[in-house]
Amino acid sequence: MKSTTEIKNDVVILFAGDSGDGIQLTGSQFTTTTALYGNDVSTFPNYPAEIRAPQGTIAGVSGFQLHFGSEKIYTAGDASDVLVVMNAAALKANIKQLKPGGIIIANTDGFDAKNLKLAKYPDGVNPLQDGSLGKFIVHEIDVTKLVRVALNDSGLGTKEIDRSKNMFVLGFIYWMYNRKLDNTIEFIKDQFKKRPDLIDSNVKVLKVGYNYGETIEAPMNRFEVKPAPVEKGTYRSIMGNQATAFGLVAAAQKSGLTLFLGSYPITPATDILHELAKYKNFGVKTFQAEDEIAAITSSIGAAFGGALAVTTSSGPGIALKGEAIGLALMLELPLVIVNVQRGGPSTGLPTKTEQADLLQAIYGRNGESPVAVVAAYSPSSCFDMAFEACRLALEFMTPVFLLTDGYIANGSEPWKFPAATDLKDLKVSFAKNELKEGEKYLPYKRNEKLSRPWAIPGTKGLEHRIGGIEKENETGNISYDPDNHEFMVKTRQAKVDKIADHIPLQTIDQGNTKGKLLVLGWGSTYGSIKTAVKEAIAEGYDVSHAHVMYLNPFPKNLGELLKSFDKVLIPEINNGQLIKIIRDKYFIDAKGLNKIKGLPFTSAEIKEKIKELVATK
Amino acid sequence: MEATIDNKLTAKDFVTDQEVRWCPGCGDYSILKQVQTVMPELGLKQEEIVFVSGIGCSSRFPYYMETFGMHSIHGRATAIASGLKASRPDLSVWIVTGDGDSLSIGGNHFIHLLRRNFDVNVLLFNNQIYGLTKGQYSPASPMGTVTKSSPMGSVDHSFNPLALALGADSTFVARSMDRDPIHLRGMLKRAHAHKGTSLVEIYQNCNIFNDGAFEVFTEKATKKLNTLMVEQGKPLIFGENADKGIKLDGFKPVIVNIADVSPNDLWIHDETDRVKASILVRFFDSPKMENPLPRPFGIFYQEDRFCYETSMNAQIEEAIKTKGKGDLDALIRGKNTWTI
Repeated sequence: MKSTTEIKNDVVILFAGDSGDGIQLTGSQFTTTTALYGNDVSTFPNYPAEIRAPQGTIAGVSGFQLHFGSEKIYTAGDASDVLVVMNAAALKANIKQLKPGGIIIANTDGFDAKNLKLAKYPDGVNPLQDGSLGKFIVHEIDVTKLVRVALNDSGLGTKEIDRSKNMFVLGFIYWMYNRKLDNTIEFIKDQFKKRPDLIDSNVKVLKVGYNYGETIEAPMNRFEVKPAPVEKGTYRSIMGNQATAFGLVAAAQKSGLTLFLGSYPITPATDILHELAKYKNFGVKTFQAEDEIAAITSSIGAAFGGALAVTTSSGPGIALKGEAIGLALMLELPLVIVNVQRGGPSTGLPTKTEQADLLQAIYGRNGESPVAVVAAYSPSSCFDMAFEACRLALEFMTPVFLLTDGYIANGSEPWKFPAATDLKDLKVSFAKNELKEGEKYLPYKRNEKLSRPWAIPGTKGLEHRIGGIEKENETGNISYDPDNHEFMVKTRQAKVDKIADHIPLQTIDQGNTKGKLLVLGWGSTYGSIKTAVKEAIAEGYDVSHAHVMYLNPFPKNLGELLKSFDKVLIPEINNGQLIKIIRDKYFIDAKGLNKIKGLPFTSAEIKEKIKELVATK
Repeated sequence: MEATIDNKLTAKDFVTDQEVRWCPGCGDYSILKQVQTVMPELGLKQEEIVFVSGIGCSSRFPYYMETFGMHSIHGRATAIASGLKASRPDLSVWIVTGDGDSLSIGGNHFIHLLRRNFDVNVLLFNNQIYGLTKGQYSPASPMGTVTKSSPMGSVDHSFNPLALALGADSTFVARSMDRDPIHLRGMLKRAHAHKGTSLVEIYQNCNIFNDGAFEVFTEKATKKLNTLMVEQGKPLIFGENADKGIKLDGFKPVIVNIADVSPNDLWIHDETDRVKASILVRFFDSPKMENPLPRPFGIFYQEDRFCYETSMNAQIEEAIKTKGKGDLDALIRGKNTWTI
């Protein structure tokens, strides 16, 4: 049957299936292909904590949502236009997020009696047959059967044959959206270099899926989503954790230091360790420590030796590092601590996103222990903020937190990447021996930034001792003197406060610089807020958006900016953390909007709150 | 690297301007003195030496050494030193720790340091007590030790630190004591010479909270009968008049009168024999029991095994050789780009 082509501005597709169905790979392949085509795109993988959760159950459903369009895309989308389900559980878990009139592509083999039972449908109920999906367009495809037929003379076993089901689905979706197969074929060739038989079978199934669309004997629309009018330049697709790793390598290259990463595997931060472990030819040293504490303390040792030292973790791991962060700020050594936040407390929701570690980053240590805190707001901004975290750590000889979260760490977007020459120079000069005869080296004598010198072992004449015990000003010798302690506490605070003189002023992302309502966000809520505010402005509401990337200290003009608005709304994926600090610091009656479901905001949720607060247009 | 003649260092060069604040009579003074005495003999430049410590009485050590130093947090000196050595293999790194610091709160890092075999030296000051917190039992205290936190005697079975070290595949295991400066200096030199993690357990008297814990091993009157000084290639002999020896009956060590056996029957010490070393570190009888095995001192085991930092750097060199030096632009660009 002849298909017709419909033009769409943007489309949200959600791929869902068992965590072993290759859903993440299918999603990321479509993402790359569609980005290469020129669409703007944003993705959100959502998968269970278990590596192979019980097959066929709702707990085992893995999802990959992607939003692409011929316009600027800021979020992975509130609801989906297309839902691809490999089994009954995937349908049950995601049907609520499908728009009315949306398309369901269902692998019928995943709706047999066993799968229906595992998905906890009542006996005898099959949603594909009972009319409950009446408001959607349903395409039933027996993917398993078609794949087995296609590969019956491949010589492969059934298990291996079934494993390529995802390629069929991908091929079919490529047909629906009129995309070329080249990129995925190249990927398959690279992936299975050592198994030519699997290259052949996967490429074949991909093409079979595509051709199925061509020959399907049912009314089936194809869609066209034109390239987005984005800024001219060269782009690539980037995931947050990858961008963080690149930012750290870039900072090492620009500072001329060796990058040392002490880390212990933890979801969702581990990919930064994986990524950096690959870059040994950049001189990067990765140390997989025996625990979170050794991960950070080995980094402190490396920093003492003159390395650009980093430790990466997530909430529970950061809790274990607390004492050592205190040591680093006492020693006044540069150290970058990356927290890829996840749902807490305790083990919480390891694979889900949350922004609930802001207070931990700013306050979570014993004693008066200020450290700098910055946050990324999108996958590609992880690069910029990782680079910034390194800059601040080196300039101010201080630990710096970089906060990202599961959503942006695993999410991806097109990135107009910078050239190495355009990045700031972070050149570091270690302390040199310029002492006069009889003069003692003073490890805590500060410069105009209140930063102390970095004298590394091997520098003749600068032998000195540092430690976690309170120290005398300048000499660094142990001191319990009351006045000295107060002075040192105030000085360490003043140093971190001084960072405000060396970071950009807060800007308004969208809207006027004064007015009725400012939506103030931080971290991964950026896309949802951006979309909500854009729509609200278009509808005539007086609302603006500012997104904070420097959380401690804040940009110097933040207070003044907040006071230029009648109301301030602070949406957060937590129970209200930035709002506490803003209220405390600026005495502003900010309103909160909080979601604690392990999921990002939809832009609709934010827009609704905006409308409520700005009742009149 | 050799220090040049005109720049010959002395023990005095390693003394800092800081007042030493250990209790008068503490065993730490002797250890500090021996370390300062040995340092100039190691052929190191002063600026390439780093002392790292955790928390506890012994951990004040770096402040008294005129070298680079870090007094860190409880139990973590081993992990800090690992990171330092990984990033700076050129440095001579010394860890000063106590039985609480390394066997209790820092137990995890301690065993992992040993198995990774970084080329560093660990001086484990064992006084079998928590001194800085004013006298609680430690993991090294014998069961039944009466302290403020164990008024009826501790019910903890104690660690045998060197058996633990061998269990973690330590490549250099030695024991010495604060009261035997000559022996201690010898052990320190050998520890430095060993390429890999050198563990020297040093029996150290805490005269305030655990006075005399090791006196049977350190005092003239009882030392000869209760200690066994092992030396490479020499038979295991001890006793008032060097009249007793150790012989192996199968895997069981037995005390014999030298007069009763042929010299060939005695256990000849071999530092490279892991099986014998594992028996030797198990000479851990309480001197209070009947016919105890003497407590051995010296180097029990020494093995040459690759060091972590060497392998780490070899991989980096290999990666540079095969892939070429990293190009930041190429890294950031990746394989798939598109231009608009």
